[in-house]
Amino acid sequence: MTEVTVVQETHDNSGFNREVLMNLGPQHPSTHGVLRLLLQMDGEIIERVDPHIGLLHRGTEKLAEHFTYTQIFPLTDRLDYLCPPSNNLGFALAVEKLLGIEAPVRAQYIRVIMAELSRISGHLLITGALPMDVGAMTSLLYTMREREMVMDLLEMISGVRMHTSFCRVGGVREDLPPGCTERIIEFCDIFTNRIADYEKLLLHNRIFLARVENIGNISARHAVALGLSGPNLRASGVDWDIRRDAPYEIYDRLEFEVITRKDGDCFDRWKCRVDEMRQSLRMIRQCVEQMPEGPVIVDDPKIAFPVDKDKLAHSMETHIHHFELAAFGFKVPAGEVYQAIEAPKGELGYYIISDGSEKPFRFKVRAPSFVNLQALCEHTTNMKYLADVIAMLGSLDPVMAEVDK
Amino acid sequence: MGNADILAHICAHFPGDLRVDDAVTDEDCLLVAPEDLVALCLLLRDDPALKFDFMSDICGVDFWPETPRFQLVYQLYSIPFKRRLRLKCRLENATAPSITQVWTTANWHEREAWDMYGIDFTGHPDLRRIYMWEEFDGFPMRRDFPLRGYKDEMNPFGDEPKPKGGAA
Repeated sequence: MTEVTVVQETHDNSGFNREVLMNLGPQHPSTHGVLRLLLQMDGEIIERVDPHIGLLHRGTEKLAEHFTYTQIFPLTDRLDYLCPPSNNLGFALAVEKLLGIEAPVRAQYIRVIMAELSRISGHLLITGALPMDVGAMTSLLYTMREREMVMDLLEMISGVRMHTSFCRVGGVREDLPPGCTERIIEFCDIFTNRIADYEKLLLHNRIFLARVENIGNISARHAVALGLSGPNLRASGVDWDIRRDAPYEIYDRLEFEVITRKDGDCFDRWKCRVDEMRQSLRMIRQCVEQMPEGPVIVDDPKIAFPVDKDKLAHSMETHIHHFELAAFGFKVPAGEVYQAIEAPKGELGYYIISDGSEKPFRFKVRAPSFVNLQALCEHTTNMKYLADVIAMLGSLDPVMAEVDK
Repeated sequence: MGNADILAHICAHFPGDLRVDDAVTDEDCLLVAPEDLVALCLLLRDDPALKFDFMSDICGVDFWPETPRFQLVYQLYSIPFKRRLRLKCRLENATAPSITQVWTTANWHEREAWDMYGIDFTGHPDLRRIYMWEEFDGFPMRRDFPLRGYKDEMNPFGDEPKPKGGAA
């Protein structure tokens, strides 16, 4: 761990080192990206944690004010880069709410399938990475193997492994390719057993358990005050899932359980995610079963490109709309909207103020990782040693691209 | 309680000056003066009929060249009642009271609003820049701040710096 450098040593009168100010990161494998932690330590005991973020700040919100609504989709991809379909979904919903339109039912199913696949992909990383951070190396290799299967499915659907940008305002880019649903079901069949494998590997691993059980407990009251959301909050026993409590898209047609745990320690946050992957599989299966045939994008030439490309050659009006849309984008009525979705990391919210033009006046992302990371510096947990900081950080599962926006 | 009842309930129980923002259609929205903000937040959090225990987000908005220039938008959620509420607070002089004493989570959100817009939060325990580095001059999300920043040795493609006073 050569990246850990002592910044400052303070001496008391006896000449004996009391407190040490230590740098962890920004280039450190267990910070999951570029996060710099300034640790004030008394020996190995943590006195204060001060996360320094912003090393990956790209000014997404400022950029978005200069982009048309369609151009913003790739920006949202790069927030939580482990689960882009879910970020796209939230943004598309927010703009659709402003426009007062709704995507066709088939498009909604496709979006939900992709969002849940990406949730699996995001949770798989933490399922493997937290044990790796605390010494159980093997699990990451297994979870990455399955994550590759999810990536293959996303590639099959959208042509891209990571930054899918598959959503459009009013639907999705195109229909699922032939044979895709069979592949998805095949994946579901295989993956169910694989989750059991991870649990077999880790649930009785004493090293893993010793490092995560009863470490970093956050009580339900503190978790709510800290603004934790998603699995981090549910691990503390708060029963809140936006998919159930304020259903968007077709989530109200799906049957699923909201996973909650009791203790809110690092282990519960990890286990909550593992169990959520099972629910995601359940949802994907139901989606594939229920998904109707039909269009995948709204039939409105002012918002979406025509499905029938031949029209462009024969209809002048279609041609003009196509040109306007490609060159200038579409106008969104003045107003404001806040749309929250249950992203894999928690409540992902988009607050958009529109002034009636093609570009948002203000585009604000409520990034769940940003808020979740704050739990690290509060004295509400029983995090005591340096080693606990690593476990705590891993279990909060921040994605630095999303923290830094 | 229905949504209309909620707003009536809040207005009836709060002594300060509150207005319902009818222009907002997607959620309930209240306009509040900065000096009433903390008291209102405490009422919203603690009243057993309201219980807005979860603060989702604080968003700074810059209406330059309009005056007053800045606005803060608070997104609240009540986990027990599954209900959302939005508070808007127009700031006369880019200063607002901090609500960190009501919701701990406000800490970083307020630091972000300070960093990006230069909105000062009185009573904030640790108001530092959060994304930009400490020596950075200016507030990048302000509408008069150029998209590519100002030209200096690190940023050869930026706009020419303003003659006097800089961006801040």
